[in-house]
Amino acid sequence: MDIVVLVKQVPDSGLERNLNADKRVDRDGSNNVMGELDEYAVEAALQLKEKHDGSVTVLTIGPDQATETIRKVLAMGVDKAVHVSDEAIAGSDALGTSSILAAALKRQDWDLVIAGAESTDSGMGVMPHMLSAHTGAAALTGARSLEVDGQTVTVEHQRANGYSKLEAQLPAIVSVWDTINTPRYPSLKGIMAAKRKPIESLSLEDLGVEAGTVGEAGATNEVLSVEARPERSAGTIVTDEGEGGRALAEFLVNEKFI
Amino acid sequence: MSQILVYVPDNSRHAGEILTLARSLGEVAAVAFNEEGAAAAAEYGATTLYRVNEPQVDSYFAAPKAEAITSIAQGQDWGGILLPGSDEGKAIVGRLAVALNRGFLTDISTLDSDGVARQDIFAGSRIVTSKVTDGFTIATVKAGAVNAEPAPSTPSEEAVDVSLSDDAKKVSIVETVDEPAGDRPGLTEADVIISGGRGVGSADDFALIEKVADSFGAAVGASRAATDSGFYPHKFQVGQTGTTVSPQLYVAAGISGAIQHRAGMQTSRVIVAVNKDSDAPIFSMADFGVVGNLFDVLPQLLEEVEKRK
Repeated sequence: MDIVVLVKQVPDSGLERNLNADKRVDRDGSNNVMGELDEYAVEAALQLKEKHDGSVTVLTIGPDQATETIRKVLAMGVDKAVHVSDEAIAGSDALGTSSILAAALKRQDWDLVIAGAESTDSGMGVMPHMLSAHTGAAALTGARSLEVDGQTVTVEHQRANGYSKLEAQLPAIVSVWDTINTPRYPSLKGIMAAKRKPIESLSLEDLGVEAGTVGEAGATNEVLSVEARPERSAGTIVTDEGEGGRALAEFLVNEKFI
Repeated sequence: MSQILVYVPDNSRHAGEILTLARSLGEVAAVAFNEEGAAAAAEYGATTLYRVNEPQVDSYFAAPKAEAITSIAQGQDWGGILLPGSDEGKAIVGRLAVALNRGFLTDISTLDSDGVARQDIFAGSRIVTSKVTDGFTIATVKAGAVNAEPAPSTPSEEAVDVSLSDDAKKVSIVETVDEPAGDRPGLTEADVIISGGRGVGSADDFALIEKVADSFGAAVGASRAATDSGFYPHKFQVGQTGTTVSPQLYVAAGISGAIQHRAGMQTSRVIVAVNKDSDAPIFSMADFGVVGNLFDVLPQLLEEVEKRK
């Protein structure tokens, strides 16, 4: 079974993040990491490969520095990488991104595409369904479990009040939550091996995507302004010396919650 | 006045919120696939109701509804299309955007008649205003961002017959399992949420959080640290990779307030924190904080609540 994992390098969600002067996600500096949910997608792909054989390819769009994320994924055990990089991609919206990814997916054979349920920068969670619309492959999103048996893929789609069991035939696109597995750490052997694994670099031209249809030129959205959320100012803080619960109750009475 | 197309999944508060926002922009045409959606359309002032007759729509995941809504969307000139900020809304908006080859926004909290919307990004730490450049806004609306205001109407009904393509029938819903939270309200509907974190210490001790929640008629939430430690099921996780909530009152007990968690709850109206560690970041955003052991503070709070009942 041939699997493609989608990963995205994003600013570390544990640190301060902002948009830059061009009102794009500020990706400068050293605080870029693999998207938090992407590791679970990589792990899911590796587990399926261990069970069913085949290959795992990581596909990413991003500037040169995204190679750091690619190396990490290769070190976890993924076989090879496809890195789409082109200056004209900067400023792409979801529609543009989906057409680039769809073009990259059309260049190779795959049975399954696995992604994180959402990226931790845009957090939109729309890409698998957009790719399904582009490629015609089934989309089974928000999975907390994933199984493949022959040509049938089954997932438990996590919902707020339970789950739905979804089933489709391959080829399919699956997105996963962090409930699905525990991602492995790259081993020293894996890190060494990653250095020899192939990374294919592709431009928009290689993909046959016209530059004007993506990037800022093709963007259908425009950010007008960005502001920091007004800091919530700390209110009353008391130290419990035996009366903390009563003080809290009093506050909640005043606020009419009791 | 332009016509706004709205997908109404059910008769929840969120459905009322989307319809209320749509009403502020123009005349509302609602798309419903069931009685509940139709009821919400009438309760919240839709002037037109598209009733989609396709019994198979609930047998397959997301794509059939996206296909039906796309066909209605292609039928006429709309001023905009609004969808719920749910999993299903995201699935539909992505498919709709590709089918119509148009831009869209997700998780908007406001939208004005010029198409300018506000969205929270980066776990709510930044607010952006943006718009779709061609002036036609397709958007999903964040739950809890708008006050639902009823405006009963008698919409004119139009029956829509669709025949699903083979592509729409690729993902079967084999089974839907509810894992109910007992008698407690769901996280996204609750006015009050009592959440526990790593500081609760064990799955058994979450009984105290549940007890406090029940005394307030509240939902129970948990931080990622608590769900990762197996103290409480993941579906109750509040945070960036869990559920985003915006209740009237959010009580964080034994939660330090990592950015992961703050992302999910910082738009709550009133935030209360109870934590042993006075340096916990949660205190910087709490309207009221108690530095102390939650196993001392919460039982005393319970006692006071019971006294006043």
